Amino acid sequence: MISAWLNQHWYAFSLTIRRFLSAPITNLLSILVMGIAISLPAGIFALMGNLPTVSGQISISPQISLFLKQHATQDDIDLIRTKLEEDKLVASYQFVSKDQALYQLQLDNGLTEAVHNLAHNPLPDAFVVETQDVRVDIIDQLRADMQTWPAIEHAQFDSAWAKRLEALTNFGRMLVLVLLTLLSIAIIAVMFNTIRLQILTRQTEIEVSKLVGATDAFIRRPFLYFGALQGFAGGVTAWLIITFVLQILSDELRVIAGLYAMNFQLHAIGYGDTISLLLFTTWLGWLGARASVASHLWQIEPR
Amino acid sequence: MIQLRHVSKRFPDGYMALSNVDLTIDTGEMVFVTGHSGAGKSTLLKLIATIERPTSGSITINGHNIAQIKPAALPFLRRKIGFVFQDHKLLFDRTVFENVLLPLQISGFDRNTATSRIRAALDKVGLLSKENVLPITLSGGEQQRLCIARAVVHRPAILIADEPTGNLDSAYARDIMAMFFSFHQVGVTVLIATHDANLLEDNKHRVIALQQGKLQNDQRMA
Repeated sequence: MISAWLNQHWYAFSLTIRRFLSAPITNLLSILVMGIAISLPAGIFALMGNLPTVSGQISISPQISLFLKQHATQDDIDLIRTKLEEDKLVASYQFVSKDQALYQLQLDNGLTEAVHNLAHNPLPDAFVVETQDVRVDIIDQLRADMQTWPAIEHAQFDSAWAKRLEALTNFGRMLVLVLLTLLSIAIIAVMFNTIRLQILTRQTEIEVSKLVGATDAFIRRPFLYFGALQGFAGGVTAWLIITFVLQILSDELRVIAGLYAMNFQLHAIGYGDTISLLLFTTWLGWLGARASVASHLWQIEPR
Repeated sequence: MIQLRHVSKRFPDGYMALSNVDLTIDTGEMVFVTGHSGAGKSTLLKLIATIERPTSGSITINGHNIAQIKPAALPFLRRKIGFVFQDHKLLFDRTVFENVLLPLQISGFDRNTATSRIRAALDKVGLLSKENVLPITLSGGEQQRLCIARAVVHRPAILIADEPTGNLDSAYARDIMAMFFSFHQVGVTVLIATHDANLLEDNKHRVIALQQGKLQNDQRMA
């Protein structure tokens, strides 16, 4: 029973390869079309995956600055330190004492003269907090919480950068989604039509197979295999395109980065994403073939 | 055993191909179906082969009423029947060997068993030396024999042939008929539709005559 099943699948598979080889140019072209179509959203997705890498380099991860009251005591500072230690949303923090801040001010701005003329240090003690999460609304909430802590004069969140980054990634995500949806539909349509033509040119074969006792599943199988195989090949093509393009872009970016004394390169698609990509395109091809078979095969009934 | 009870077949265009046919064919019997073209011969054969379904009445093959069977079960019934088509229905993009292979592939035979069965079937119809050629290079008689090889390769209990000698000259026709007789002799139920009176001249088998879709005459030749 199992060997019969295996034999039938082997037959379907060999028939698929045969059908593919019977029109190699046409089939290669439609694989190329699928590959290019899917490489667009997948490529943008891959570029977006590189964003955190880039942002890590130029440090735009969101920060909250906590300025303490002038009369804050060492106990207040210790209390805030513990609170920051316990907060899960805090990734890291740094304490900047008022003396340190003043010293820094002298160094950075060359205000030594002016600072010396001050009667007392006007700067407050401060904490610089980096957050775990990058979502603006969550960080804003955290900032509001911190504002209510004792001995805090002012909690400040420089949200402009974070907001820009978030808006940009949201836009990118939406773009990927829209492109992916549209191009997936296009791929399904292409596959639908390919299989429709195959069914039409193989009318006799289908009819004769039915006459000598082929089940619907038996007749469907080679077409579904064909769709899945083309989808898979399309996915591989897309992967090659993206990898190639990222390589080129990475070389160019390194030149630019070098001019700004930065050092980074674009990462290729990871294993997980590669497998997802191949599974997805295989599924798309199968789906198009399935739809086509469902809407055309019943029309061929032997008479 | 094949049993038809009050079987009628009306096509969607209203044409009445068969009306109220009662017929019993025993296992291992050899039966000729005659009549003018349009008398309903082909329809009768296709009903028994489950290619067409009757409008009314019942058809029973070995106890299964095929008029009521689910469409999904039809393929498995068809595998028990060998059909020699009037128009051959060969696949011209496949070799002689591959044409005969098809029914075995459908049943899921492994390649070795299939190969020996195909060789045996091709040998029986005299095409063994041509197993690797494409059917287009075969003569009409050879194409007919290839169709027979495909119909018998899975060793069906029932063999049905629609005008198997249709446009063959008489020497070829006699050859083909000899093959059907040999299948009959090993116990296969054989049904042959023909309008060729010459075939029936020295025939000692049962002949069913159809006229305008009705059973006109059913006799065993002496």
